[in-house]
Amino acid sequence: MSASRNVPLLEVRDLVVNFYTRGGVVQASRGVSFQVDYGQTLGIVGESGSGKSVAVQAVMGLISTPGRIEGGDILFQGRSLLDQAGKKFVREVRGKDISMIFQDPMTSLNPVFTIGTQITEVLRHHMGMTRDQARRRAMDLLGLVDINAPEKRLKQYPYEMSGGMRQRVMIAMALACEPQLIIADEPTTALDVTIQAQILELLTDLQQRLQVSVILITHDLGVVAQLCHRVAVMYAGRIVEVGDADQVFASPVHPYTKGLIRATPRLDVVTERMVSIDGVPPDLISPPRGCAFSPRCDQAKKDCLRAQALTPLGDDRHVSCWCAIKGDTR
Amino acid sequence: MIGQAKNATSSPAKDETPDSPLIQVKDLGVVFDAGRAGFWGKKRLQVHAVENVSFDIHPGETLGLVGESGSGKSTTGRAILGRVPVSSGRIFFQGKEITHAGKEAVRTLSRHMQLVFQDPYASLNPRMKIVDIVAEPLLVHGLVKNIKAAAGEVAQLLELVGLPPDAGARYPHAFSGGQRQRVGIARALALKPQFIVADEPVSALDVSIRAQVVNLMQDLQARFGLAYLFIAHDLAVVRHISHRIAIMYAGNIVELADRHLIYESPVHPYTKALLSAVPVPDPPVQRARQRITCPGEAPNPMNPPAGCRFQSRCPYATQTCRDTAPVLTRRRPGQSAACWNC
Repeated sequence: MSASRNVPLLEVRDLVVNFYTRGGVVQASRGVSFQVDYGQTLGIVGESGSGKSVAVQAVMGLISTPGRIEGGDILFQGRSLLDQAGKKFVREVRGKDISMIFQDPMTSLNPVFTIGTQITEVLRHHMGMTRDQARRRAMDLLGLVDINAPEKRLKQYPYEMSGGMRQRVMIAMALACEPQLIIADEPTTALDVTIQAQILELLTDLQQRLQVSVILITHDLGVVAQLCHRVAVMYAGRIVEVGDADQVFASPVHPYTKGLIRATPRLDVVTERMVSIDGVPPDLISPPRGCAFSPRCDQAKKDCLRAQALTPLGDDRHVSCWCAIKGDTR
Repeated sequence: MIGQAKNATSSPAKDETPDSPLIQVKDLGVVFDAGRAGFWGKKRLQVHAVENVSFDIHPGETLGLVGESGSGKSTTGRAILGRVPVSSGRIFFQGKEITHAGKEAVRTLSRHMQLVFQDPYASLNPRMKIVDIVAEPLLVHGLVKNIKAAAGEVAQLLELVGLPPDAGARYPHAFSGGQRQRVGIARALALKPQFIVADEPVSALDVSIRAQVVNLMQDLQARFGLAYLFIAHDLAVVRHISHRIAIMYAGNIVELADRHLIYESPVHPYTKALLSAVPVPDPPVQRARQRITCPGEAPNPMNPPAGCRFQSRCPYATQTCRDTAPVLTRRRPGQSAACWNC
């Protein structure tokens, strides 16, 4: 809380993460930079393999062998999380000030402990509560995520709950220590649409009420549209466009963002033919030279063989594309 | 109401009119045994996966079958193909009953009816070359003597689904998800079927690839007059590919209508809730949309409630809904729904 509000809550700078596999070095994150401000929701969208999960796993310290963070820095309230000297600080921050909601609530809850044990464990460890205090707080938390009969639920095991209910428990655990940042990695992908709608409604409501910052990883542009203030679009281990969500959706600049928005079928618009992006995403063991999207891009030219860094275009928009910057194809 | 029902059962289906349906499903029910419970296992546990499901599919038509997980949509598709034992009801193919066709009959039928699977990673044998995978149905049905004799046909099939000619010599691991799904489609097409059950064929694919596969399926339909049962949970994709759409909930069809009617004037409260639950990728539009949330979750299929299965989540539920299950009735031309209150 002591940090001044001039520094962003979280800042990721030129993050490089490589995975050393038998097949070669997978360059999962090739210089990713973004920041999240207080009370803001940032959506990170991208297709599978674009490196969106790796970026936030690095923030949470979840990159393990064969993966290695090989460059860049992650700053939380201005202090580095990668710094060897700050190990104690890191342990305090992760799990307390930054918490995480995973995609699959079945595998991220421990099947052999009750819900109650799992929530109170977090509270006793990070907040130093007594058994009784923790129990009372756990009941409040379950109420906060709209779970009825919390007393009964605390005694239940994960298998006794449905997918939607488990995800609510995960959210309650994420909120337990009053974090300043919640990272939600595809929180609704494993759920049915009507349950997804319930969870999204809950997340929107909690975000506004508690004024917590959220990073939402998803491949679904619809989910971003409902929840996010800002959006970052990732492709092949890099952010290709980032900006205010309304503006990015209304006037995308990067050809990949444009393609992605056009390719996403909409319920409210009828077209006879679906639009696709030709070709396939690149192999990150040997990514193409320069702009990774250029082999699939219809505006590609010579310049695209040289990589273009994220360049500001005004009004909080940053894009990495030669065409967009020179011709300003907006 | 009763008079209507009588009428419906007493009038036999119009036989063999020029546009007679390719597939007819009448009151299909599928019940799975789920072990025993109670004192000395006297109580048999049963999962009522599908109940009273009826629909037709005409040649060259796509029927979209939409529902959430556990709604019985895949089971319905598999029952038609004879891969799941039917507990009640009847299934017809080109006017002939195939409900309890024997093993041999199912084999012969599989020349006309094929399946495309959801997961292109799990549905191709990693130890077989693409050419062997695509030629296998031809060999099994004795249409070719050996792989060599099938080479020409396989090359044609691969070209048809947009794969490079040298694809045949490679193994599945060399291909991306979208390309593997093309292999799955080529394999399904090998026997020149008239009807394909596509069980969530694009759910595992990324957005930019999804459209490629959907467009391919539409092109193949236009070219060969294929009929599809397109099973999906993504309402936006279904809107593009389907001519008619059936919405399933907990084993029942709750609404069956022409595609534009489902989206423009849905009748059943579940259809409305389902449509409003899909977020639109446009922030101002999405914020302005009125959302109909339906609280709670789908009922346990082992012990479904009496009456309408949607009653526990429905804002309009009345005593009638709790007592008697509604049947699918016509609401306007091209649209029917199963609901007492709408």
